[in-house]
Amino acid sequence: MDTHATNLPDSAEADAHAPGEVEHAHPTWSTYWKVALILTLITVAEVWLYYIPSFVAGRGFIPTLLVLSALKFTIVVMFYMHLKYDHRLFRVLFTGPLMIASLTLLALMFLFGHLYIKIM
Amino acid sequence: MTAPAARIHVAHTSAPAPHHYTTLGLDSRKVAIWAFIGSECMLFVSLISTYLIYKGRSVVGPFPHETWTDPTTGHVLKPILNIPVTSASTFVLLMSSLFMVLALAAVQNKEKPKHSRGDRILGNSKLWLWMTAIAGTTFLGFQAFEFTSFVHEGLTIRTNLFGSSFFTLTGFHGAHVTAGVLWLVTLLAIDYRRGLGSRDSLLVDIAALYWHFVDVIWIVIFTLVYLIK
Repeated sequence: MDTHATNLPDSAEADAHAPGEVEHAHPTWSTYWKVALILTLITVAEVWLYYIPSFVAGRGFIPTLLVLSALKFTIVVMFYMHLKYDHRLFRVLFTGPLMIASLTLLALMFLFGHLYIKIM
Repeated sequence: MTAPAARIHVAHTSAPAPHHYTTLGLDSRKVAIWAFIGSECMLFVSLISTYLIYKGRSVVGPFPHETWTDPTTGHVLKPILNIPVTSASTFVLLMSSLFMVLALAAVQNKEKPKHSRGDRILGNSKLWLWMTAIAGTTFLGFQAFEFTSFVHEGLTIRTNLFGSSFFTLTGFHGAHVTAGVLWLVTLLAIDYRRGLGSRDSLLVDIAALYWHFVDVIWIVIFTLVYLIK
């Protein structure tokens, strides 16, 4: 006997409350406003850094921008896309291809000489 | 003989479509949109990789961050990227994500009682869907302005490696935003026709996931293409 099949809903009414779905409560609108404010402040910081010539010429410019961008990316995915609150399978479906793609990007950067490891 | 057959056909098409669940009890449509987003990540990373590999390898200008003098005409071409305009469009797209989550929350809480004016505004799904669609269209307007000004300044998809990779990458993103706006318009049509309720929250959730994905891709493009020199 297929125990899964007997427990699964198949009506439109059951759609909003799928019993097997492990999903925690989503954040409230006040959290959404705060997230939007943080995203705006990070964007302002990024653009502000772009207009500081001494910082742009320094070694910290690119890593700082990459970290800020990654932070914004993570915040949107976690809070707006609800990955923080949703089922683990969704995390796997998103981060798996993202990791493969990111590693491919890094490999290509090394391959075409945009990134290199300095040996002595 | 044909009348009963026609009745059966009508009854079949008007019944609610059965929804399929995985063995984990997750709705297949939500699993599908996450799998689709995963595959889209690979598409955009391939386009971003191409842009980065070609970055700084254009033989002729205009260039993104440097001035260039055309040796044949003597014209001096300034850096082509317009950071203030793109920053504004980035802000608009970020705000559209806020509007989208508010639209989803409004649909999810549709049946809850609204006591104050603030509750009624926050619970107005049509308002937030409109705001999201308008913000998306505004972003597309900024992109159309940017593309047009680039062409007027002498940068087309055929001018140099920067032009080819830039227009391909941002053009693909713009096409995704366009698809997202059309999706939002269909949700608005449903909302006006029969009203979106909490039982439709998954429909809006799937559209919201797509919309936020388009936003996160722009977050990466804005940094890698526009800000990093």
